[in-house]
Amino acid sequence: MKEIVIISGKGGTGKTVITASIAALAKNKVMGDCDVDASNLYLLLHPEIKEKNDFYAGIIPSIDLEKCTNCGRCQEVCRFDAIKTIKGQTVIDLVSCEGCSLCALVCPVQAIQMKENHCGEWYISETKYGPLVHAQLGIAEENSGKLVTLVRQNAQTIAKKNDLELIIVDGPPGIGCPLIATLSGANLAVAVTEPTLSGLHDLERVVKVAQHFGVKAVVIINKYDINLENSAKIEDWCQKANVETIGKIHFNNIITEALVKGLPVVEYSDSTVTKEIRDIWQKIKFIVE
Amino acid sequence: MIISIASGKGGTGKTTIAVNLALALAKDKEKNMQFLDCDVEEPNAQLFLKPVITSSESVEIPVPKIDDKKCNYCGKCAEVCVFNAIAVTKNKVLIFPGLCHGCGACTLFCPEKAISEEGNEIGILEEGRAESINFIHGRLNIGEPMSPPIIKKIKKKIKKNYSDSRDNNIINNHITLIDAPPGTSCPVIESIKDSDYTILVTEPTPFGLHDLILAVEVLQKLKIPYGVVLNKCDIGDHMVEEYCKKNDIPLLLSIPLDRKIAVAYSKGIPIVKINSSYEQKFIRLFKKIVQII
Repeated sequence: MKEIVIISGKGGTGKTVITASIAALAKNKVMGDCDVDASNLYLLLHPEIKEKNDFYAGIIPSIDLEKCTNCGRCQEVCRFDAIKTIKGQTVIDLVSCEGCSLCALVCPVQAIQMKENHCGEWYISETKYGPLVHAQLGIAEENSGKLVTLVRQNAQTIAKKNDLELIIVDGPPGIGCPLIATLSGANLAVAVTEPTLSGLHDLERVVKVAQHFGVKAVVIINKYDINLENSAKIEDWCQKANVETIGKIHFNNIITEALVKGLPVVEYSDSTVTKEIRDIWQKIKFIVE
Repeated sequence: MIISIASGKGGTGKTTIAVNLALALAKDKEKNMQFLDCDVEEPNAQLFLKPVITSSESVEIPVPKIDDKKCNYCGKCAEVCVFNAIAVTKNKVLIFPGLCHGCGACTLFCPEKAISEEGNEIGILEEGRAESINFIHGRLNIGEPMSPPIIKKIKKKIKKNYSDSRDNNIINNHITLIDAPPGTSCPVIESIKDSDYTILVTEPTPFGLHDLILAVEVLQKLKIPYGVVLNKCDIGDHMVEEYCKKNDIPLLLSIPLDRKIAVAYSKGIPIVKINSSYEQKFIRLFKKIVQII
């Protein structure tokens, strides 16, 4: 069983479009969408949800106003400025709260209770391309890393149970907690970039994170003909960093057309772009095998 | 006035809008501009504004340090740590700095007073000038998971004294623009909370619409007024425009796909530097926001 994660650092470089196309091309696989903040893969794979689960993570405080004496001890110890006094009453700002429970521990009259926080949902679905595990983090919630881990664990369980060879994961942008949770322990990270200064800057950072966690990274340059000079710079950088550029994809509005139709581009047209993605998939297969 | 620029989906043009708005407004000598790049995982505004950095500071989280002479391995610190950042064995205390949020519970509850705290660097903050703009950004260190403490530190640099002013002239001439990270979770909230207005940037595709709806929910929850900028407005479908119309969300500006803009962007050149008509468009965008507020 091999796990391939598609990442990018910078958002909007084409991760999900490429993941969906690989999902359409690969055999014997399960898909996972680890961009739990703004999961888009389902818009191209059209899943039928088979199992819906609540996601609880972390704990949040609530104040019993009848017990609270407004002594201010909780406010004094909180390092996240999450406790305020409004019109003489102690109140908690849950947006700032990190859920450390120090306030509950120090409260002299036990007026603060910590309760489990419902912060999202995750799903096991069936698509015409195979099973998909996906999730939606609650609005303005924390703990996205834990939800990512849950998505990956369930994809792995499905792969084991059904003897599937591949797990194909659509990753989140950035290099922080959800990306690290997506990346750690994967067999291959495919980083999608574009030939812009931002694309190159962000690629360097995300590849370094992959290498930091011991995950082999390869690179795809999307829309490479927008700026050939920058594409050459990216290839140069990859060579120096000992990272293989496994493919380049032309800029073509057909990708947006396929997106609007809700289809993986390889199923929508037989253009150059389709051929380029097919070749990329062959290379990925060769690398993980 | 604090205006943040955000989007559910990445790569829709947040930084482009933030940078060009800053440059267009900075032409007005009356305006005192501050630019905060809060996308500390991938800070890109510097590539376009090319600021001269004048100072740099480390951002640290206080992580526990155990005094072996005082510790009796009672396990209280591990018990109070909800983040599982401490494990205590028979004769050893293990600290996992990557999990620590720096809440201080362990220090406070150690019965032997064996815990002190030392800073663990998670990133840096840099401050400088881009022409007349006061520029601040942060950068998360490679391998570090938590960006909100860096964002918090950047936001402490907002010049607060004017925001309490009741004089509209003062408010409108002291502008802090915040370039937020993509998504809808903690780093985004930390970046945009306390804004007077948020510009949501999106593109006319099913992905753009889906993530815009999520971003709108965030702003409703935070009770911040907002409007939409539609980038590459002619590439996909009309669903975003229909959604905005149906929900009475102001469509502040539409920017068509233009190869010249795309090529300039790829080289780190802002739109207003290659097409001066955009300067007026961004100033009008700002005036619309002032009217709404």
